[in-house]
Amino acid sequence: MASALLSSLAAASAPPSASLSPREINKMKLNLPCTSFKNSSIKTKSFGRIRMVATTNVSRFDGVTMAPPDPILGVSEAFRADTNAMKLNLGVGAYRTEELQPYVLDVVKKAENLMLERGDNKEYLPIEGLAAFNKATAELLFGADNPVIKQQRVATVQGLSGTGSLRLAAALIERYFPGAKVVISSPTWGNHKNIFNDARVPWSEYRYYDPKTVGLDFEGMISDIKAAPDGSFVLLHGCAHNPTGIDPTPEQWEKIADVIQEKNHIPFFDVAYQGFASGSLDADAASVRLFVARDMEVLIAQSYSKNLGLYAERIGAINVVCSSADAATRVKSQLKRLARPMYSNPPVHGARIVANVVGDPTLFNEWKAEMEMMAGRIKNVRQKLFDSLSAKDKSGKDWSFILKQIGMFSFTGLNKAQSEHMTNKWHVYMTKDGRISLAGLSLAKCEYLADAIIDSFHNVS
Amino acid sequence: MHPQLTSASSSTSSPSDRRLSALVRHLTGSSPEIDSQSILSASPTSGFHGDSVFSHIVRAPEDPILGVTVAYNKDPSPVKLNLGVGAYRTEEGKPLVLNVVRKAEQMLVNDRSRVKEYLPIVGLAEFNKLSAKLILGAESPAIRENRVTTVQCLSGTGSLRVGAEFLAKHYHQRTIYIPHPTWGNHPKVFTLAGLSVKTYRYYNPVTRGLNFQGLLEDLGSAPSGAIVLLHACAHNPTGVDPTFQQWEQIRQLMRSKCLLPFFDSAYQGFASGSLDADAQSVRMFVADGGECLVAQSYAKNMGLYGERVGALSIVCRAADVASKVESQLKLVIRPMYSNPPIHGASIVAIILKDRNMYNEWTIELKEMADRIISMRQQLFDALRARGTPGDWSHIIKQIGMFTFTGLNKEQVAFMTKEYHIYMTSDGRISMAGLSLKTVPQLADAIHAAVTRVV
Repeated sequence: MASALLSSLAAASAPPSASLSPREINKMKLNLPCTSFKNSSIKTKSFGRIRMVATTNVSRFDGVTMAPPDPILGVSEAFRADTNAMKLNLGVGAYRTEELQPYVLDVVKKAENLMLERGDNKEYLPIEGLAAFNKATAELLFGADNPVIKQQRVATVQGLSGTGSLRLAAALIERYFPGAKVVISSPTWGNHKNIFNDARVPWSEYRYYDPKTVGLDFEGMISDIKAAPDGSFVLLHGCAHNPTGIDPTPEQWEKIADVIQEKNHIPFFDVAYQGFASGSLDADAASVRLFVARDMEVLIAQSYSKNLGLYAERIGAINVVCSSADAATRVKSQLKRLARPMYSNPPVHGARIVANVVGDPTLFNEWKAEMEMMAGRIKNVRQKLFDSLSAKDKSGKDWSFILKQIGMFSFTGLNKAQSEHMTNKWHVYMTKDGRISLAGLSLAKCEYLADAIIDSFHNVS
Repeated sequence: MHPQLTSASSSTSSPSDRRLSALVRHLTGSSPEIDSQSILSASPTSGFHGDSVFSHIVRAPEDPILGVTVAYNKDPSPVKLNLGVGAYRTEEGKPLVLNVVRKAEQMLVNDRSRVKEYLPIVGLAEFNKLSAKLILGAESPAIRENRVTTVQCLSGTGSLRVGAEFLAKHYHQRTIYIPHPTWGNHPKVFTLAGLSVKTYRYYNPVTRGLNFQGLLEDLGSAPSGAIVLLHACAHNPTGVDPTFQQWEQIRQLMRSKCLLPFFDSAYQGFASGSLDADAQSVRMFVADGGECLVAQSYAKNMGLYGERVGALSIVCRAADVASKVESQLKLVIRPMYSNPPIHGASIVAIILKDRNMYNEWTIELKEMADRIISMRQQLFDALRARGTPGDWSHIIKQIGMFTFTGLNKEQVAFMTKEYHIYMTSDGRISMAGLSLKTVPQLADAIHAAVTRVV
């Protein structure tokens, strides 16, 4: 009876993703005894007679409601449950081979073998992570001979891939820039908002995607960044914007840097695809290096999930470029202070793999070749998809945005209903914002996908 | 939490002041703090003249526990001894990777079908099931009845943090009672998660044992529903555990006040050498049908420190509750790190599910536990042989990796300075860092500290 009361209260008052408020729960608890005892004695082998006390049937967690599945990771769950032979998973951004199999890079296998042969130990890393990894990751991002590295002006702390690195930065912002806002692109990666919400950092959006041109709304972007209060943090995607695949041109990056400097904003880059977007590590870091060359203080979160295929190893870093070595030392010490109560110190395995690959010239070159191969496959798939769409679609719609966009994803321009139609009729799994992961597409499936897109676009509103 | 807003310049560092001074700089085109250094270092074309947005951020001190190793590494003395962080060392003073762990890793690397795809947010399913069985017992009714949700987390710390964030969001009582003393990182984990922290009496410095009366009084006066942190075994830092009978009294008291147990289990199998014995406290609470949280770590008992493997289990009253709780745990984890690291969890799963490897593990685990127990005896005997003043029997009565020596801050500092012995300033030493060779050195140091420093 008590549980029925609780469930009906829960159903009546709670929004789907929230739980009962503490006040509501307390009210209910006042109406129920804290415990109702039922004493019984049970004999067991090891302990002799124990008095067992059964407590009330009410759970302290009865007010907890079922959370909805993650909009991105939940897509893969739904895909797995589908038994249709034609099904296609274009949800999460994980690279697939032409055979649509996951891919572990050869250099990664070699590095792991090396590590095992060497018999590395498993001691705790320092809170800031593996020193060799931190050195390698900063050099990769800025270039080994960049003045900021020579002058030791970068605070680098190993983080749990991109998400974990963003979260550390968000925690730093919350603690040391109270009230400061982060402005994020509209749209952006779905998890960005969750990270800032949980870190209690306020955020608002700047215009980014223009559905009319399926391109960048540059005027809107500049205008909104200008309108943000001085000293805001501006979240930028270093390359291969997720979900749109639309990146600013070098000239546009200069103008973005101009307005950020004017407003004393702090640029905050999310770099999840260095080397993966164009195939070149240096080209994909150009935007970050442009800002750094202007002597700006910059935050950069890095991930090795895609470019080294280390998704599940959770390896990344947060870098803070400061105006002095002293500031970098202080900032690093405070990042450590935030990491310690979160997970104490980061996992060693992925960091060692990266350090081994980047630190060995042969492996490093092999890596670059594998990265070019992966980026190349995606470019080929873009071309084939574009060709299929252009050939099959008689409406004259311009599909060239597929070729202009860059990186793992394409923002198709399909709306929520159309995206759902893609899944329900064609068994094509994608996120509801119209994003497809080209990394999950094979040349062989391009024609099927083109049919699905054309049908959804023209026949569903 | 309030940041340390000490200003580096004469202006205050509130955001509006910063904005104002930024505006002034923009209008006048000058920086208030141009000095020769910043002029030299700034490039001629940069619009940014040496003022850092991070000027107000002060340098944090080293972590008190992990900082001990930092200080130890800096010491050039050839006789230095690190008894700081709780990481097992062999008799030769070397870190140890268990044979069975190496075997499991070789299997992983040899298996060509293995991939590195993202784990689910809750982690490796097999690992979660096996971890729940390990701590709760394979025959646990709570498991059979699907009342347990287990999520892979980043070792003990990560499990505590995720559990605490969940409670801060979804539980009506936001106060957690932690024993005094406790692991140095506990209060920070809970505070940053959004809980408020209170303490209950635990250690009696006079007896160097449990202050049971104080414990019962303090838990007895806690508000109904409050969360209570319990060390499942091998209390850190004191090594003082309740007896079985005392655990039963604690359980009854907590259930009568609806206090919510949150177990930290970092030493299962490592304390006594027996995995089942070290899980008794947890299983006792689960057996009465009530709810609890358990944070598990594989850092010590499988030597997987740097791999960050652990699990959070929440035992609920009903299966549908467990299911909803799990869905909400995912919402805590996704914005923190998305999904957990695969390597360590895979190693654990291989070992736990293979009977032979599991047995090998229990043997290696017992060897580690036995070596530590023998170090306790050695140190106790060495102090007695030197006639060191005081009762040192607590060294052999306490359990687990650590001994709470009872030495004070000044004595600790003396031992570090004169004898190059590194330990935390609360007098805690890691027995795992001792060997037959180094026991005499430590005994000399303790003797000197006790007789020369008050």
